[in-house]
Amino acid sequence: MISLKDKDIISISDFTKEEILYVLEMSGKMEKEYCPDILRGKILANLFFEPSTRTRLSFETAMKRLGGQVIGFDELGTTSTVKGESLRDSVKIIEGYCDIIVLRHFLEGASRLTADSVDIPVVNAGDGASQHPTQTFVDLYTIKKAKSDIENLSIGFLGDLKYGRTAHSLAYALAHFNADMYFISPPSLRMPKDYMEELEIRNVSYQEVETISEVSDNLDILYCTRIQKERFAEPVEYEKVKGLYKLSKSVMDELKVKDDLKILHPLPRVDEMDESLDTTEYAMYFQQAYSGIPVREALLASVLGVIQ
Amino acid sequence: MKKLEVSAIEEGTVIDQIANKSTFKVANILNIQNIEQVVLIGFNLSSKKLGKKGIIKIGGKLLTQEEVNKISLIAPDATVNIIKDSEVVKKFTVDIPDSIEEFMKCFNPNCVSNHQKILSRFHVIHKNPIRIRCHYCERHMGVDDIELV
Ligand SMILES: Nc1ncnc2c1ncn2[C@@H]1O[C@H](COP(=O)(O)OP(=O)(O)OP(=O)(O)O)[C@@H](O)[C@H]1O
Ligand SMILES: [Mg+2]
Ligand SMILES: [Zn+2]
Repeated sequence: MISLKDKDIISISDFTKEEILYVLEMSGKMEKEYCPDILRGKILANLFFEPSTRTRLSFETAMKRLGGQVIGFDELGTTSTVKGESLRDSVKIIEGYCDIIVLRHFLEGASRLTADSVDIPVVNAGDGASQHPTQTFVDLYTIKKAKSDIENLSIGFLGDLKYGRTAHSLAYALAHFNADMYFISPPSLRMPKDYMEELEIRNVSYQEVETISEVSDNLDILYCTRIQKERFAEPVEYEKVKGLYKLSKSVMDELKVKDDLKILHPLPRVDEMDESLDTTEYAMYFQQAYSGIPVREALLASVLGVIQ
Repeated sequence: MKKLEVSAIEEGTVIDQIANKSTFKVANILNIQNIEQVVLIGFNLSSKKLGKKGIIKIGGKLLTQEEVNKISLIAPDATVNIIKDSEVVKKFTVDIPDSIEEFMKCFNPNCVSNHQKILSRFHVIHKNPIRIRCHYCERHMGVDDIELV
């Protein structure tokens, strides 16, 4: 039987296929049932060494909806870090005040270090450019809701695949589910070699293209990511590519796509998705955002050992 | 006795089949500047297996396990020959360890291991060609990214 009691949630690669399916099933339960008492008496510490209002609020909401309480900070100014305390010392001390730590940090690997330093479960709420596993569970849950099954899907990843960590982790997770993957990006923003290597080791079939029209008719899911201007050395380079990766209702009307194609986006968007898309049948990204609560409820309740 | 390209020692260690471009890195690992006995370094020697290779011969010295582990990362084909009375008495190949602690630096400047006073840690995910994953930031490194400390 699967139990995630006391497990840290640091990287999606720490989870087996069975554990992922278990989290998705529990997320479904949490969405249907209201369980206002199961985390009564438990305290979550939200340690945000880097601000991220939405992620912090979603953990706080999830914890409170289950009857738990939340402590924490969201700026460095009030912490001992500014006095030179090591991360390990800080989290070891805070461990004594709470039952679970949720950590956001600007340094990559900070949550692994935290998890290695304390005995209570640690949840990575984003560390640097590396991992943001709870977002990946939200993405998977949304896909499962949209398609009822997450096996054997064709999924396109669109936009900034070089820096878009949510795309990396989602591709990694979907490798368990026999997905066909299409990486659609300008050459300068291709999926990094590390992730390609992981996919190759796991025999995943993928294809890299530069324009969505080359593969659009294959797709069951289109996962968009933000293209950030700051990533380009030359503003002209950005101007060249930005239109190619911008979706709108009229772009969708021109493309050959399956009727039940669903579009996901981790939000916030900049201008890679026009608002005209919001009212189409393709748009799934607001449901995706709402799924953040039941999925985080399921994760918190599972690692705190109150649901089986 | 066959002709030796780099001359003989009576007692000590010969590290042969060093990937040519790693020869001086291996010399650094062994800290040869501070060795009192004979040290001979060969570079750009011809090798059937490697094309060009390096050899380092050190009088009197036996390698530590940590030195062998370090050498394996940058010269995976190296052989270590123990010489006694001018004869090879023992020969072994270096073996890449499954995990690495402390003696390597993560190449990611934003990695927590480069900002906090902690030992670096890595997992070897592939040996030939070598690919190493940082325990903390999970970035992958190849032979050219390896920085030994
Ligand atoms: N007394 C010695 N002093 C210095 N170097 C030596 C001595 N004896 C052997 N060597 C060197 O040690 C290495 C291994 O010697 P060995 O006689 O086993 O050669 P080999 O058969 O070519 O071995 P391999 O197959 O490992 O290349 C060679 O580079 C050789 O030149
Ligand atoms: Mg030889
Ligand atoms: Zn690292």
